[in-house]
Amino acid sequence: MDQFNNIPKEKFEFANHSNFSHEKKLKTKPVGYFQDAFRRFKKNKGAVVAACIIIFLILFAIIVPFCTQYTVSYSDIYFKSTRPKLKLFENTNFWDGCEKKNTGKLDFMYYYAMGLESGHNAIKNQEYTIDEEGKYNYRLDSYHQIGVIYKNISDEEYKLIQDYQNRTGRQVIYPTVKLADRPKALQDQTNANYYYKTSGTSKTQIVYDDDGNIQPVYWTYVDGEKGGSYYDPNDQYDSIRIKGDNYVGEDGRTYSYAYARVTSSGWECRINYYEYYIFQHTEVLKDGIKEPYFIFGTTGNGKDILTCLASGARFSFIFATLVAVVNLVMGAIYGAIAGFYGGKIDLVMERISDILSAVPTMIVITLLKLHMGSASQMITLFIAFIFTGWIGMASSTRMQFYRYKRQEYVLAARTLGASDIRLMFKHIFPSAIGTLITGCALVIPSMIYSETNLSYLGIINLETGSITSVGTLIAAGQASLQSAPFIAFFPSLFLVLLMLSFNLFGNGLRDAFNPSLRGSEG
Amino acid sequence: MYMFKYVMKRLGLMIMTFCIIMLMCFVLIKLLPIVITVQQGQDANIIVNRLVARGYITNAVLKPDGTWSYDRVPILIQLGNYLKRIFMEGDFGVGVSLPSYRGYSVLDVFLEKLPPTILINLYSTIISVPIGLGIGIFAALKKNKWQDQLINVFIILLISLPSIVLGLVIQYFLCFKWNLLPQTMLSGFDYFTWPMFKSMLPPVLALCLGSIAGYVRFTRAELAEVLTNEYMLLARTKGLTRGQATIRHAMRNSMVVILPSILSDFIAVLSGSLIIESMFSVPGVGRLYLDSITYQDYDFFMLLSAFYCFVTLLAGIVIDISYGFIDPRIRMGAK
Repeated sequence: MDQFNNIPKEKFEFANHSNFSHEKKLKTKPVGYFQDAFRRFKKNKGAVVAACIIIFLILFAIIVPFCTQYTVSYSDIYFKSTRPKLKLFENTNFWDGCEKKNTGKLDFMYYYAMGLESGHNAIKNQEYTIDEEGKYNYRLDSYHQIGVIYKNISDEEYKLIQDYQNRTGRQVIYPTVKLADRPKALQDQTNANYYYKTSGTSKTQIVYDDDGNIQPVYWTYVDGEKGGSYYDPNDQYDSIRIKGDNYVGEDGRTYSYAYARVTSSGWECRINYYEYYIFQHTEVLKDGIKEPYFIFGTTGNGKDILTCLASGARFSFIFATLVAVVNLVMGAIYGAIAGFYGGKIDLVMERISDILSAVPTMIVITLLKLHMGSASQMITLFIAFIFTGWIGMASSTRMQFYRYKRQEYVLAARTLGASDIRLMFKHIFPSAIGTLITGCALVIPSMIYSETNLSYLGIINLETGSITSVGTLIAAGQASLQSAPFIAFFPSLFLVLLMLSFNLFGNGLRDAFNPSLRGSEG
Repeated sequence: MYMFKYVMKRLGLMIMTFCIIMLMCFVLIKLLPIVITVQQGQDANIIVNRLVARGYITNAVLKPDGTWSYDRVPILIQLGNYLKRIFMEGDFGVGVSLPSYRGYSVLDVFLEKLPPTILINLYSTIISVPIGLGIGIFAALKKNKWQDQLINVFIILLISLPSIVLGLVIQYFLCFKWNLLPQTMLSGFDYFTWPMFKSMLPPVLALCLGSIAGYVRFTRAELAEVLTNEYMLLARTKGLTRGQATIRHAMRNSMVVILPSILSDFIAVLSGSLIIESMFSVPGVGRLYLDSITYQDYDFFMLLSAFYCFVTLLAGIVIDISYGFIDPRIRMGAK
């Protein structure tokens, strides 16, 4: 044999010189499982639109909490049930933070007078019409309808506000009214908006002068006669004064308005809340809030809906994804074992999951909540969702394993000595992954849906400090559906968009991953 | 005979599952602390004595700080007592901490709350089945034409609409804005008067819109599949009109799938929708269940859990069993 060892390569030649071109490599690109699925998914227009909406909602949940000037824990009771306002629509009658009103003269004048005094028009542009029944039609600006309030402030803050007024030219403090001139009716005695002459002890009525105008009753004193019982000499108010202040009376003396009333704890001032809010947030708290501006309005507790909704959505997405991942891992392992080994193991495992899945979710959550009373509700909810959530995943994994485990390629791998674990997760599991992805995608909306329902029913309450949820917002909205329907509107809209788009998206995914549909749509 | 065996097997399995779940519930509930809450002017001794009399606790002593110390009876003995009372006397316990039902028999209260829940779901089924089937048949006959696509869009919208939002929309427009219907359901026991029926309409509407969408989608899918079968062609060939062929042949065959799902749906909704019930203040079982959680009244909770659990299980097996009855060709579980 040795003599043939060193025959050079060139000496060899083909016995026949036929062309081997038919074994040429294919020029086309191979289409993998996911590429194929993606291609078919793209053909489904509805699903693509739904995917875009989902991406938009997720971006909304991620970005908005960083962009708004408010936080979830923020609340301001004076700005409660404030209507949604977008600066873009400020000059239209839509989304402008105003509410259409049709009231009698008394209510109308109450708001109209606010604008007369400070220029902060509670009635939008001070425009109104009177219908044939004598009722007034106008748009009430919910940002200015608070008007002025009596507030006790310290000497230090009093100085600070005067300083702020002088610096910016924005008037916060308005002339105050003597106790004797304030309304007599019990419910209006602390209402600072009555700076004019009123009468009535059970219901406050406005006293008009001969021309039908309101008559201001500011606390007036004579210049140079500081002191005495009616006015505090220490009040060194030296800042913006309203028009008409410092007038010269018929007796030749100069009259001025008092801007504060001395109390045991400092000064009681009549302050315009809108301006005070700006002062408070820009000068004192310095928390980045420039002015009251709520794009989606506020809840009955004065929380900003936009911020709460976005944070709630972000929480829901993170939470649902976490649950889905845990469910997927647990379900896949459980289903793989049951499906792969079959027989007695499968029978026992199936019975266990049968029984678990028959327990109504509501009962699971209730029992968990009662047992984990002191623990965080979030953990309770997490465990409750996982408790039965993995069963769907497990059963679909099991089905796929039954389908593929008898196939020849698995037998081939086993013949080559592959271990059970390798067979399960390297050879069979990838075939099941399409169904599982679809299942996973559909778990997220159902999770958000159940969480919403549970929060709404009050079984769980996720609202703690910096966390809130969509369900909590909807529940808050339903409570004031009649007076402020917009509170429920935006969270509901979010939920509807989410469910709708996830439904379409899930259907698209299911069709895309279903190999039996391959090529059927032409 | 074969069918009988199959039904028996399924029922046996169901009862076993039910017993295991209820056993778990019972044990978990008995591990919870017992709430002894006393209302103004009420004697705590009455509650404690009641708990002692029912064999839940012994050696109850009022401590100086106003709280009670007691020894629990072992859970298995409690279970024995509980089962004995149920089977010997039909006694499911008495209300302990639920304010308006202290001392009432749990079963009586439950039976009193059942009619509104059942009625609302009955009305909803009566309304939604014909409408759902009708629209579904129409859509299947007009498959892939514009009518079908229009219906499809509405169906997807309705199915995706969470019941919580649907309820809000109905409440806002029908009850507040247009003031057509009362906002909450009337209380009282005259269930068959016109004002009562009117006050039931908002929850019924909220329930049936969702079911209608479900039925339409289901009927359309089933019927559209059946319509492509060859025996439909044969039926037309032998001279039946399209309508006759659809009603006599296609509908019957698609009913094999549709009817069980209607049955199962009906049973499943017996448990009612907690959301709808609490939104429209229906004085039904759902409210009672939520209250029993809030006030931790365990006898109520046990009975209601059993009810919900039973209904869920029953709805599950009804589909399987009724397939066999409706269509003898299907032999469920046959080897």
